[in-house]
Amino acid sequence: MTDSTDLPAPLAEIRDSFLELGERDRLQLLLEFAGELPELPERYAASPALLEKVEECQSPVRAFAEVEADGVHFYATAPREAPTTRGFASILAQGLTGLTPQQVLAVPDDFAMTLGLTRAVSPLRLNGMTGMLTRAKRQIRTQLHPA
Amino acid sequence: MTAPLDPSPKFAEYAHPDRLVSTQWLAQHLDDADVVVVESDEDVLLYETGHIPGAVKVDWHTDLLQPVERDYLDGAGFAALLGSKGIGRETTIVLYGDKNNWWAAYSAWVFTLFGHQDVRLLDGGRNLWAAEGRELTTDVVEPVAVDYPVVERDDVTYRAFRQDVLAHLGRGPLVDIRSPQEYTGERLHIPDYPEEGVLRGGHIPTARSVPWATAVAADGTYKTRAELEAIYREGGLGIQADDAVITYCRIGERSSHTWFALRFLLGLENVRNYDGSWTEWGNAVRVPIVTGDEPGEVPAALRTAVAAA
Repeated sequence: MTDSTDLPAPLAEIRDSFLELGERDRLQLLLEFAGELPELPERYAASPALLEKVEECQSPVRAFAEVEADGVHFYATAPREAPTTRGFASILAQGLTGLTPQQVLAVPDDFAMTLGLTRAVSPLRLNGMTGMLTRAKRQIRTQLHPA
Repeated sequence: MTAPLDPSPKFAEYAHPDRLVSTQWLAQHLDDADVVVVESDEDVLLYETGHIPGAVKVDWHTDLLQPVERDYLDGAGFAALLGSKGIGRETTIVLYGDKNNWWAAYSAWVFTLFGHQDVRLLDGGRNLWAAEGRELTTDVVEPVAVDYPVVERDDVTYRAFRQDVLAHLGRGPLVDIRSPQEYTGERLHIPDYPEEGVLRGGHIPTARSVPWATAVAADGTYKTRAELEAIYREGGLGIQADDAVITYCRIGERSSHTWFALRFLLGLENVRNYDGSWTEWGNAVRVPIVTGDEPGEVPAALRTAVAAA
């Protein structure tokens, strides 16, 4: 196993569960994550302000990180036709939720590339997950230090 | 031995009616021994959530690209891939996928580079099949491997490289398939999605903007021949039958969809797809771009070169 001193436990567990599997089974695990993406809380379900404006090539994904009293919450929604995007969002929802803002900000930017998916999914697609993480960090910084 | 054609009146109008099949035709021919259905998607997991019964998966990122160079498989790699999917040289391939068949058309283009003769698209793609309530299954398909010959890729007839595009400027139509905002240069990439970002926004000089979606009806099927003619030929772009045409987008997949329409549905003989597209052109050293709504002119230095050639 890789050294996980810097990675918060939930993310390290997710990473290790991928790395324990053969490459083909990693796709199945990602699919399981896709099926576990939590529904958006009611207060966001009808909030178009959170809708990320995306390029036509990309799957429409709504993702938002919030700093709350009990730590960070990561919320996301993506269409059923975009299981890969849903899987990425689900990993972050499970891995980031409950962490402190500082822990989230310290998550390595290349986390998506450490799951053993670069061959089965491709680095270009994994960049979509990196983008979600980058955006979550930006949103957290904004909430910690409102302009 | 290839499968029978779809006799649909809509397809009969096209220059090559043998290049499209309807969902109804496919449902009736799923079990044909000489037909292999191939799903190619943007989303690498979508096939696993359910696919057309018997369909195999070919993923552009993980199957068709070779990772070291920005290029496609070589002849041996292609032979190994298709053979492993149960596809022989004479097999009828029916491609379908998500996002209006963007990636299916991309695969169709790559298969055509290798000279596979019978490559067809499912008109309307995965969405139409699903919308009609037709069967999708998660049953694992285990094709019986067959021999596929090693054929070298033809990078001349239907593929354009950067130097080909430079040489083409002023000599024939260029069709830019991207969104209007990408064409004008307002948009470089999506915020936080730098993976396909570029240093410069805009378009290749003289290129005309015809976003890919212009070619499809509301249900994701290709528009009729008459409608396509009105877009690309007289009254539209004005492309002539003997014009050399190059299509491009950002990485070459949306432009494959238009390439397919121009080459097979309208029957233009000389249509190449520039797969380097904007991710190469927008970043390349010493190639000109144009920003804004106008196609722009061929730069003087290049005009001289063209005149001297």
